[in-house]
Amino acid sequence: MLLSGSDILVRTLIEQGVDVVFGYPGGQVINIYDSLYKFQDELKHVLTAHEQGAAHAADGYARATGKVGVVIATSGPGATNLVTGIATAYLDSVPLVAITGNVPNSTIGTDGFQEIDITGVTLPITKHNYFVGSVEELADTIREAFRLAKSGRPGPVLIDIPKDVQVAKFDYEPAEPVAADESFPAKDIRIQQAADTINAAKKPFLYFGGGLITSEAQDELLQMAELIDAPIGCSLMGISGVPTDYPRFLGMQGMHGHYACSTAMHHADCIIALGCRFNDRVTGNRAKFAVGAKIVHIDIDGAELGKTVVPEQGLRGDVKKTLQKLIPLLQKTEHPEWQAEIDQLIVEEQAGLDSREGMTPRNVICALNRYLSENTPVATDVGQHQMWAAQYLNLKNSRRFLSSGGLGTMGFGMGAAIGAAMGTGERTVLVTGDGSFGMNLNELATAVANHVPMVILLLNNSVLGMVRQWQTLFFDKHYSNTTLDSRQTDFVKLAEAFGAQASRALTLGELETALTAAFACDGPYLIDCAIDKDEFVLPMLPPGGSMDDIITRIGD
Amino acid sequence: MKKFTIAILVNNQFGVLNRVTSMFRRRQFNITSLTVSETESEEFSRITVQSEGDEIKKEQLINQLYKLPDVVSIAELDNLDTVNRELLLIKVKNDPNVRGEVSAASDAYEGKIVDYTKDSIIIQMIGDSRKIDNFVTLMKDFGILEICRTGVVSLQRGATTIRRVTNL
Repeated sequence: MLLSGSDILVRTLIEQGVDVVFGYPGGQVINIYDSLYKFQDELKHVLTAHEQGAAHAADGYARATGKVGVVIATSGPGATNLVTGIATAYLDSVPLVAITGNVPNSTIGTDGFQEIDITGVTLPITKHNYFVGSVEELADTIREAFRLAKSGRPGPVLIDIPKDVQVAKFDYEPAEPVAADESFPAKDIRIQQAADTINAAKKPFLYFGGGLITSEAQDELLQMAELIDAPIGCSLMGISGVPTDYPRFLGMQGMHGHYACSTAMHHADCIIALGCRFNDRVTGNRAKFAVGAKIVHIDIDGAELGKTVVPEQGLRGDVKKTLQKLIPLLQKTEHPEWQAEIDQLIVEEQAGLDSREGMTPRNVICALNRYLSENTPVATDVGQHQMWAAQYLNLKNSRRFLSSGGLGTMGFGMGAAIGAAMGTGERTVLVTGDGSFGMNLNELATAVANHVPMVILLLNNSVLGMVRQWQTLFFDKHYSNTTLDSRQTDFVKLAEAFGAQASRALTLGELETALTAAFACDGPYLIDCAIDKDEFVLPMLPPGGSMDDIITRIGD
Repeated sequence: MKKFTIAILVNNQFGVLNRVTSMFRRRQFNITSLTVSETESEEFSRITVQSEGDEIKKEQLINQLYKLPDVVSIAELDNLDTVNRELLLIKVKNDPNVRGEVSAASDAYEGKIVDYTKDSIIIQMIGDSRKIDNFVTLMKDFGILEICRTGVVSLQRGATTIRRVTNL
C-alpha cells in the first residue's frame, strides 16, 4: 500500500495499539496533522495548551496504564518544549515515544526556520533517539522505538522526522504490535548467594522502587515479606506498589520518608532492594547510609548495581522473575525481636504525627482520602504538597500515584493528571501547590476542552513552601523570592475563566463541601485550599545528612 | 589512578561516536585516549578507549555502555593479554649540535626519520604507550616543535575476538 510518510506514521501508531496521542501542531508536522485528521476515528489526538503539557500527559498516560505514551510536536520550539517532559520520563523510567517534525532534509544543518538539532538536544535524556533520513526506514524505526521504550528498564525514545520524509511515499506493510524484549531472572548462582544472605539475616528489610510496579512483582514481594517476616518500605516511585494499609508496609523511606520506615531501614541488617536506584534523596550521606546492613540489590538495569551504593549482592534481572526463583530458596523465619523494634518505631511515629485540628496538610489529604476510589489516579506536582501526598495518601492499587520523582518537575501534574484520566477513564485527582500549578495551569484549557473529570486540590500557602522550608532551616529565614503574596492570583476566578468549576476552602467544613461538589462534577473542578505558609514537611533528613540528623519537629 | 583500556564494537552509523562520548562526558568518565576505526565488517566500527578509575568505576562504565543500543559488544583489554600499539609523529628542531643524538635515539627506539629539512626532523615511531612516553620525554631536551599521537589500538592475543566476549 503506497502511503505518504505521515500516513505511514499514523498507521504504524495505530498498528502498535496506540489509542490516544497528545500534541500540538506546527509547520513541520502539518502533514502529520493532516493524517491524524484522516484517521481521527481510529486514533484520538488530544490538543494541549503547550508541548510540555503534552509530554507530561503522555507520561501520565503511560504511568497510569503501563502502555507507551505518545507525544507529537513540531520542530524547533515545539521540540524544545518537550525537553522537560522527556527528561521527567527518563529519570522515572517511563515508556514514552516522542515524535517531532523537522525541516526538510535539504534544509537540515543550515539553521533553517524552526530548525533545531533535537536528537542532539535529547541525547542524554532519552534511551535512544532517531533521525529518520528517508521514508523507507520510517515504519520500522517507529516499531523499534516502541520496542526500546518498553523493553528492560523503560524510558523515552524520540523520533525526529524531517518534513520531506512525511511527504514522500513508500509502501506500507502492516505489522503486529512489537513486544518488549523478553526479560530474564538473575543468574542462579547470584540468586543462591542472595538467598544465603537473606536466610542469615536477623533484621531483614524489604525495600522497593518503581521497578517493582513495572515488573508487576507485588504478589511476590508480599509473599516474600510473609515468608521472612520482614517490614516493607518504598521510595517515592514505589508508592502505590503496595496498598498503603498493608500491615507490614511502613510507607516511604528517604529525605521526607515516614519515621518508622526510614529508621527501620537504617537499623536493618539486610536490605533487599527491588527495582530501585538508591538516589541521594534515599541515601542522604552515602558513607553513613545503612552501614550495618548487607544490601541485596535486584534491578533489571545492571548499571544501577553499585552505581551509588555498593551491594553485598547485586542481581541483574527482572524483579518478578528473580523473586520467583529466590522465594523457594528462602527459609520460613520469624523475627519477634525485630518486629518488636518495628512496633516500637510505629508507636513513636504515631505519637509524633501532626494531630492539630483545622486546615493542616495532613487533615486536607486525609479528607481527600475519603473520596478516593481504589482506582482513582492521584497525580502531584513537586514540593511540599507532593511530600504530604506521599506521606498521607491512602492508596490501594498500583499505578495510582503519579509523581515526578527523579527530575522533580514542578508543573508535571496538570498534564500527567489529564493523561492519566484519558488512559484510565477514571476521575483523576491532582494534588498541587500554588507554585507548581502556576507553571502549567494553561492545561486547564485542555481539561475543559476534553471534559476531563479531574479534581484539582490546590494547597495554597502563597509561598514556594519547600524552598521556604530550607530557607527557614538552613538560610536564617532569608525568604529570597519564595513569597508569592504579591501575586494576587484568584485561583477560583482563574479556573472559572478557563471554563472550569471552582470553589475556595478556608475550613475543613468548606473543604468537605468542595470535595463533594468536585467529585460529582463532570469536568475539571479546582479547590483553592488555604493552608498556612509555615507548615513543614516532617520528618526531614537534611541534605547530605544521615538518620542521626533526622528532624522530627521544629523547635520554636 | 589506574588506567584501563576497553574496546567497544558499535554500529557503523553517523552519530554513534557522539552517543558514546556523550555518555562519558555526562557521567564524568575521563577519556585519556580514543581511537575509532572501521573493522573487518562494514556494519561495525571499533572504538578503543582508555580511561582511568578503580574496578567499580570500570564496571559502571561498561554497564552504562551496554545500555546504548548502538553498542554491540565490549572487550576489556588487559595489558598482559593484548597487543597495544600507538603511532607517534614527533617534530623536533634540526640543531646541528644534537642531530646526531636525535638520530641515535630514534634508532635505539626503532623510530624512523620520515621528514628532514634544515630546520626540523620528523620521526615516526610505533610502540606501546610507555615506549612512546619515554621517547617523548627523551626528545624534550632536543626541542620538540610538535607532537601527534594516534591513541592506543589494541587486540586481544590469540583467537579471541570482541564478538566472542560474553556480557558481564
